Amino acid sequence: MAYYRRNSSADRMARGLGWFSIGLGVAELVAARRLARWMGMEEQAGLIRSYGAREVATGVGLLAMGDARPWMWGRVAGDALDLATLASAHHDGNPRRENVATALGAVAAVTALDVLCTAMLHREEAAAWTPPRDYSDRTGLPRPPTAMRGAAKDAPIPADMRTPDILRFQPA
Amino acid sequence: MKALVWHGTADVRYDTVPDPEIEQPRDAIVKVTSCAICGSDLHLYDHFMPGMEKGDILGHEFMGEVVDVGAEAKSALKVGDRVVVPFTIWCGECDQCRRGNYSVCERSNRNKAMADKLFGHTTAGLFGYTHLTGGYPGGQAEYVRVPFADRTHVKIPDGLTDEQVLFLGDIFPTGWQAAAQCDIQPTDTVAIWGCGPVGQMTIRSAILLGAKQVIAIDRVPERLSMAKAGGAITINFEEESVVERLNELTGGKGPEKCIDAVGMEAHATATLDSMYDRAKQALALESDRAHVLREMMYVCRPAGTLSIPGVYGGLIDKVPFGMSMNKGLTWRMGQTHVNRWTDDLLRRIQEGQIDPSFVITHTVGLADGPDMYQTFRDKRDGCIKVVLKP
Ligand SMILES: NC(=O)c1ccc[n+]([C@@H]2O[C@H](COP(=O)([O-])OP(=O)(O)OC[C@H]3O[C@@H](n4cnc5c(N)ncnc54)[C@H](O)[C@@H]3O)[C@@H](O)[C@H]2O)c1
Ligand SMILES: [Zn+2]
Ligand SMILES: [Zn+2]
Repeated sequence: MAYYRRNSSADRMARGLGWFSIGLGVAELVAARRLARWMGMEEQAGLIRSYGAREVATGVGLLAMGDARPWMWGRVAGDALDLATLASAHHDGNPRRENVATALGAVAAVTALDVLCTAMLHREEAAAWTPPRDYSDRTGLPRPPTAMRGAAKDAPIPADMRTPDILRFQPA
Repeated sequence: MKALVWHGTADVRYDTVPDPEIEQPRDAIVKVTSCAICGSDLHLYDHFMPGMEKGDILGHEFMGEVVDVGAEAKSALKVGDRVVVPFTIWCGECDQCRRGNYSVCERSNRNKAMADKLFGHTTAGLFGYTHLTGGYPGGQAEYVRVPFADRTHVKIPDGLTDEQVLFLGDIFPTGWQAAAQCDIQPTDTVAIWGCGPVGQMTIRSAILLGAKQVIAIDRVPERLSMAKAGGAITINFEEESVVERLNELTGGKGPEKCIDAVGMEAHATATLDSMYDRAKQALALESDRAHVLREMMYVCRPAGTLSIPGVYGGLIDKVPFGMSMNKGLTWRMGQTHVNRWTDDLLRRIQEGQIDPSFVITHTVGLADGPDMYQTFRDKRDGCIKVVLKP
């Protein structure tokens, strides 16, 4: 099972990236057309909008889910997609290729952060792992449970906690 | 004195605070010899319960020695008495107390007006558990002021260790009430969600009360191994389908009695409803995660009983209430009426029918409390129950 520390530095960083995801995602959603035009990618406004939706989803996942690692891997994969999409627009035929280069630089920087954070999360997890304890001798009972079954049948069950007769299951 | 003090989300500190003093004639001051961290404290630690303020002293499972007694508590207590203090403060005189409904005592919550507004009507005062229930300083401290102390105590005879009796103040009666309010019949299958300390006590209680079959659900391997030791058949919800297994084990009919010993921070593996809850809780659109409740409502045998010791703080969402109504389920829940059970349970401990100390996995000094909160919350290092020694 996955353990996580909700206040380690790696986890705080993951949560920060979660908020960043939501912010960027919302920006991509509402300003997809303008962004596309700025990078000379007018045709791809729809694609940018769908990337925005992806960012919001990973952001919510990072903030909400206990284990940040699968969502961080989601971010890394998303970064790769962003880089590939931008690279395809970075050609001599694009008059806005300067802007595309700026975007590429920004995404590359974020990618580095994402990879670092993911690695830190994995390292923390590995460092904290210990083999599960065996508590199979901790019965709390003087004799094996089968021998103790019903030992407290004499216990007073107050009237207000008794099941009404009509709701009692009768043995078949 | 020293105490564990709440400063914010996941921020508990070992601070120096003023010593408590007698404020009311029915008060007593207890010097704490042992106290514990409860699953309910985690809801405060993770800040899912409203009503905490910076500087609040935590802790509601504690015991110790009486060192000062107010004038009106002298009839029941004297300096030197060894007592376990129940987490529910009760007056013993109001309508509810006279009925044994101590956790909804009408007089012990000094912030009654606030609770009246939020809950419609107030519930009892609790130690170290938000200003909604009185804002009383808690017992993870060297000393505690116990209000209504002439009632709010369990006297402990010699010959029993702290470890054996400490949990009379909370998790043992809580597990017991969870099982008792199911009115367990010898033909009943009792399914228990959560193998934390409360779940462990519930498992033993259900066995002692004579359930035909006890099934316990969790995902933490060492907690499942302790559940099995207590006589439960276990289900790891990360590896198996809970609903399928429960139906299998009950000939397709479902358990007659279902107990939620998990509460508002339920986990689930990739079910749609749990992701929905997680997301809504993270964005503060829902306060509690109801996955276990939904699962119980679905799998419970019609005309069965749902017993809910697990704590909820506010709003839950997407509850299939029609399912529950049409199946004719009985719901029983609440904070434990601790003193309703303690005489009987103390006798059972004395007679050796059960020794609740089995659940303790960590014993440390109070100063290590802040670290232990984290260890317990994250279920690291095999941690199931922490006892602190001030
Ligand atoms: N009613 C009362 O008076 C009272 C008193 C004490 C504690 N409580 C409440 O009881 C609950 C349990 O307390 P605890 O001390 O055992 O805490 P805990 O946090 O140690 O235990 C909860 C357990 O539930 C398990 N769990 C999480 N999701 C689950 C799921 N979907 N299915 C099955 N198991 C799941 C966790 O792995 C954990 O082992 C808490 O909500 C606590 O506030 C109530
Ligand atoms: Zn508690
Ligand atoms: Zn009362």
